Amino acid sequence: MWNLAQLTDLIHRWLYETFPPAWALAFEMIIVGIAVIGLFAGLGLVLVLMERKVSAFMQIRLGPNRVGPKGLMQSLADTLKLLVKEGMTPDGVDRFLFNLAPFIAMIAAMLLMAPIAFAKDFQIWDLNIGVLYVTAISSLNVIAILMAGWSSNNKYSLLGAMRSGAQIVSYELSAGLSILTVVVLTGSLQISDIVTAQSNGWWIFKGHIPVLIAFVIYMIAVTAETNRAPFDMAEAESELTGGFHTEYSGMKFALFFLAEYINVFIVCAIGATLFLGGWMPLHIGEWSAFNGIMDWIPSSLWFFGKTFFLIFLMMWFRWTFPRLRIDQLLNLEWRYLLPIGMVNILLVTVIAILKWHF
Amino acid sequence: MTTEALITVMAEVAPDAVVDTAGEWPNFQVSAEAWPDLARLIRHREDLRFDYLFCLTCVDWKTHLTMVYHLSSTAYRHTMVVKVKLDRETPVIQTVSDIWRTAEFHEREVFELFGVNFTGHPDLRKLILPDDWTGYPLRKDYEDPVNMIKL
Amino acid sequence: MVEEIGTTDKGELIINVGPQHPATHGVLHLVITLDGETVRKVEPHLGYIHRSIEKMSESLSYRQFIYATSRMDYLSAHINNHACAMAVEKGLQLEVPERAQVIRVLMGELTRIASHVLWWGAMAMDIGAFTPFFHAFREREMINDIMEESCGARLTMNYMVPGGVMYDIHPNFHRRVKEFIAQFKRKLPEYDELVTGNTIFRARTRGVGVLSKEDAISYGCSGPTGRASGVDCDIRKVQPYGIYDRLDFQQIIGTEGDTYSRYLVRMQEMRQSLHIIEQLIDNIPEGDFQAKTKAVLKVPKGEYYSRVETARGDFGVYLVSEGGLTPYRIKYRSPGFSNLSALDHTVRGQKIGDLVAIMGSFDLVIPDIDR
Repeated sequence: MWNLAQLTDLIHRWLYETFPPAWALAFEMIIVGIAVIGLFAGLGLVLVLMERKVSAFMQIRLGPNRVGPKGLMQSLADTLKLLVKEGMTPDGVDRFLFNLAPFIAMIAAMLLMAPIAFAKDFQIWDLNIGVLYVTAISSLNVIAILMAGWSSNNKYSLLGAMRSGAQIVSYELSAGLSILTVVVLTGSLQISDIVTAQSNGWWIFKGHIPVLIAFVIYMIAVTAETNRAPFDMAEAESELTGGFHTEYSGMKFALFFLAEYINVFIVCAIGATLFLGGWMPLHIGEWSAFNGIMDWIPSSLWFFGKTFFLIFLMMWFRWTFPRLRIDQLLNLEWRYLLPIGMVNILLVTVIAILKWHF
Repeated sequence: MTTEALITVMAEVAPDAVVDTAGEWPNFQVSAEAWPDLARLIRHREDLRFDYLFCLTCVDWKTHLTMVYHLSSTAYRHTMVVKVKLDRETPVIQTVSDIWRTAEFHEREVFELFGVNFTGHPDLRKLILPDDWTGYPLRKDYEDPVNMIKL
Repeated sequence: MVEEIGTTDKGELIINVGPQHPATHGVLHLVITLDGETVRKVEPHLGYIHRSIEKMSESLSYRQFIYATSRMDYLSAHINNHACAMAVEKGLQLEVPERAQVIRVLMGELTRIASHVLWWGAMAMDIGAFTPFFHAFREREMINDIMEESCGARLTMNYMVPGGVMYDIHPNFHRRVKEFIAQFKRKLPEYDELVTGNTIFRARTRGVGVLSKEDAISYGCSGPTGRASGVDCDIRKVQPYGIYDRLDFQQIIGTEGDTYSRYLVRMQEMRQSLHIIEQLIDNIPEGDFQAKTKAVLKVPKGEYYSRVETARGDFGVYLVSEGGLTPYRIKYRSPGFSNLSALDHTVRGQKIGDLVAIMGSFDLVIPDIDR
């Protein structure tokens, strides 16, 4: 069984033995930085291709099948195209904010990579307030969207950005509440603690119906937070042409596009970590034989399998449902999801105090 | 209502109208002055109820213009055609868009393509043509060497 | 063009939707006044693809002008041609052979289904669901193939001639249509599952954009748009043409007049059209597919008006003849033009997202409006 922890340990020890500690730390940071950017680009390519293939499957089409074997190189070709396109800045825009916005979106998405546990003992930064960090940083995204919409000097962009602002701020609450349910059950904000707490079963199985409700609310809320259909108010192609990124083109548009997919990956990774055990294999209570067999599957596979399953769910939503209207969207949050989430967290607290969970 | 009955009733409400029964539906030719009152009458009169104006157009006869209104009743299913002769130089007629709202768009179309002025129209502007267009394309003497292709 | 910049005195936002916009399905230009997300006023600006087919028709012969109308409502090109052919036949007092009549109606109903299927996909797309569009095209493609075999073209069929149809139907026609009927019957419930039963779709369309019966009549709304408001305006029933008076089908009339009702009317109409095709496909009479006509047609002096029910509603051809080789004046009464005039009234006070849904449910085809 190959273990990523051994690999990181090896590099870590070698660096510290060869260089003075300050240099070793610097090298480690550079390696992490490169790895994150690499993962970022790789995920973008994979997710765009996956989206296109999933949508093609649902729409009785073939999807991209010309570039490379089975069209695998398609998103690479697209990226190349976007890279060489002229990055236009239209007249009358606020140049500074207009050019800054895509980078903010990118940086916010990139920062979120830090506390995610990709495999057993394979994590960039296991900070003790991991979950809080994620909820805090993920709200930064709205700033980028508002900035893009406002600076574009386009009414469609402005409408899209305002919609998005209202939407993200609202749905953040529900997402936060459903994340809290797991925090309450675990008693820790640290990602590694949350994963370890699921070594005898994932929270979605252990936590009775309230956690299941929290999971459903979480999936709805993060779909809205990442501006994906059926909550793609901010873009709303048939209404606002492109929403906040109407005026963007070339690489600047690509950055928004990439940030969206990275955000999708991250919220699904967080969802998988909190509710489905992250890298933790499927363990059932004290069945040590069964658990042993499950442990043979590498933890990174577990993590990515769960995450991509959730991503597939989100794509499924996107290609099945029509879009909600903005007032219906806010009604759904404030009238239904938020009250349900609040009652739900009370129930979970009772369960946690009385130790009713498994 | 049958065509005969319709003609009888119309003879009562519009005695000056010239009746022509050659076509599929009875035609009534009225004057531009009499038309607004008649329109209101045939729209609201209980046994006529011409509530559906399904076609409004104009024909350029080189000597004069004729407004043609195709009217039908959704309640009684009778149909008739009203024609109003207009002077070609200064064609003016009262709008019927307050009676049949579909006329609002149709009259704007006739206004720009034939140059008929509809008094009392709420928003008589060009609908199809650019604002700086001159001439009335559907008139018979209209010539446009750039945009018109002779077949 | 009118300068439409900025805001009104009341601080309302003025937005140009179109002429290039994903929701207008063509080059329709709407100037919208917005108060936040609420639509206060919609003002259509037309003419981006106005070709003045009425003027063109004045210089085309009675055999030629028919085909210009394929370019108006291109989704019901066949039915438009039918109206023109009928206007000429009325003038010439031509008797159309039974076989041609049946073929005309068969093709017409296939066209109607193709048009409604496309509308279904496009409307779902307007509301934000992309997938139905592709599912819709699968069935539409089958119809297009049938058309291609018999008429030689897929979209603008140009199959009508005064006195009948241009060619006899293809030997494969019967089999292909049978295949289509089987396929479509299987897939229609799938359409309902995908869109009609969807909670979000219902929430987006129910009670949205209500057009009352009085307003629908006053605005001259026809076709499914008018019928959803309760107006019995199906020309096939009200003033039957061709062989429609001998066929068994229902006129679908809605009650609510909202977007959902317009949606349901069209969905039901597809079933009715399928029913008509089923009645006819096994009973195509033998005989001529074209009446004997002179090479050069001269319609006697007079005025002729023929009305048909296209996929969008009451399409009329007002033909004025002076007895010459070409029509003296032709007026096309297009259903889309009248339906569009009701848009402003229907949309006021609704959200901008509803505008798109309502426009979708009106099933506007821009060349039909611009002629």
